[in-house]
Amino acid sequence: MKLPIRVTVNGAPQAHEVEPRLLLVHYLRDVLGLTGAHVGCDTSQCGACTVLVDGQAVKSCTVLAVQTDGAEVTTIEGLAALGPTPPAPLPVREGGEDRHSQSPAPPFPTRERGPGGLGLHPLQQAFWDQHGLQCGYCTPGMIMAAYDLLRQHPRPSEAEIRHGLEGVLCRCTGYQHIVAAVQQAAEQLAAPAPPAS
Amino acid sequence: MFPRAFEYVAPDTLDEALALLAEDPDETRALAGGHSLLPLMKLRLAAPRRLVDLRRLRGALAHVQPANGNGGGLAIGALVTYHALATDPSVHERHPVMAEVAAAIGDLQVRNRGTIGGSLAHADPAGDLPAVALALDARLQLTARGGAERTVPATDFFQGAYTTALGPGELLTRIDLPTPLAHSGAAYAKARNPASGYAVAGVAAFLALGADGRVATARVAVTGVGEVAYRATACEAALRGQEPTPERLREAVAQAAAGVQPLEDVYASGAYRAHLTSLYAERALRRALERARGAS
Repeated sequence: MKLPIRVTVNGAPQAHEVEPRLLLVHYLRDVLGLTGAHVGCDTSQCGACTVLVDGQAVKSCTVLAVQTDGAEVTTIEGLAALGPTPPAPLPVREGGEDRHSQSPAPPFPTRERGPGGLGLHPLQQAFWDQHGLQCGYCTPGMIMAAYDLLRQHPRPSEAEIRHGLEGVLCRCTGYQHIVAAVQQAAEQLAAPAPPAS
Repeated sequence: MFPRAFEYVAPDTLDEALALLAEDPDETRALAGGHSLLPLMKLRLAAPRRLVDLRRLRGALAHVQPANGNGGGLAIGALVTYHALATDPSVHERHPVMAEVAAAIGDLQVRNRGTIGGSLAHADPAGDLPAVALALDARLQLTARGGAERTVPATDFFQGAYTTALGPGELLTRIDLPTPLAHSGAAYAKARNPASGYAVAGVAAFLALGADGRVATARVAVTGVGEVAYRATACEAALRGQEPTPERLREAVAQAAAGVQPLEDVYASGAYRAHLTSLYAERALRRALERARGAS
């Protein structure tokens, strides 16, 4: 028995009918085609699925899509739009059963090449600059969790960073460069915005 | 990986939620933060036919307020999240141990969703909050439809593994904490399971000192050790009326697992768990004592 939900995802309103047991991570991946959130475990531990719901980092594998009716969800694909200079709004996707049944619209916001080159959020840029990833599987979850961490602690100590990221597991990096990336992003986000080019 | 099919309702009022829970109590579960229930459902260890989502009740049930007619106490709505508990100034001021424990549960993402009411109602034998509720002498408000309410002290609420005093069709709606006593302090210490962070042995201790510096009130609550969180009454009796010297504490905590069959599992044998109970009881009591002496 499907239920109608209306969710705003990366700024775009979405309307679908879903089974109550559909996990938010599967709604994002399979219905909306936003495959940045990853499924990395079966036990709500790994955090690779982390997204923002109403601005707070949550494990999307442990939230039902129906629980986000009326809420705003932000995935890694929509993160750059939350940055200091948001790009143009994303195209609105038609409501539909499954992404395969319609021509795909780009989920990643395209924007003009700015000072960062690719129009990345400072967190994304920092993970690039500091080599905060290897295989990249945990990275979207790590970045979304770091976003909430920096919202709560704009100038975090190293200990606060490590504590704040306990909910995302990384098997590749040993976390050292992840911490450096978050520190860089914290500095950039705390610094005054550069003049528009 | 994903749950069996179920029905889902997100009622607008508490009374609607209670009516839904009362309709078919064996097959209906309340959904708060969902971070205990949904993982169980994904593993198919729980398969309720219907979930009643309490999300629309946050307006009524997600506040921390001064307790009515109770100068310094707190009334904590059941839907207050761990994050809210950890950051609320009045929780920090009046019962800081509650804020500290909430800040260390799970991880940042879990703390954004998990709720105090959900945690206590779920009554995981190794959960942290049941021990804190016992040590702080919390009183739990249980609500049924038609405005039927009853108050249960924490000591009567936790009855067994995942078993509480909640009856069919009842919801835990509020947790009341008393006015902090003068010269009192509380602390929590645990041996963490290295993977899950749950208590292999966790102890919440509360001490209130008399004007003579002796122990007027002692509450020592243990989680992760028995089938259910419990008050270590023999340990408490050994402290009451005594001067809280290090030697006295050490003698008292030897009884922290008295009368309880400690769980045996891959993380700790029964004997080791009993040893951890005494060790962490002593740590918690030492910190509680420091706070009690520092408190005006």
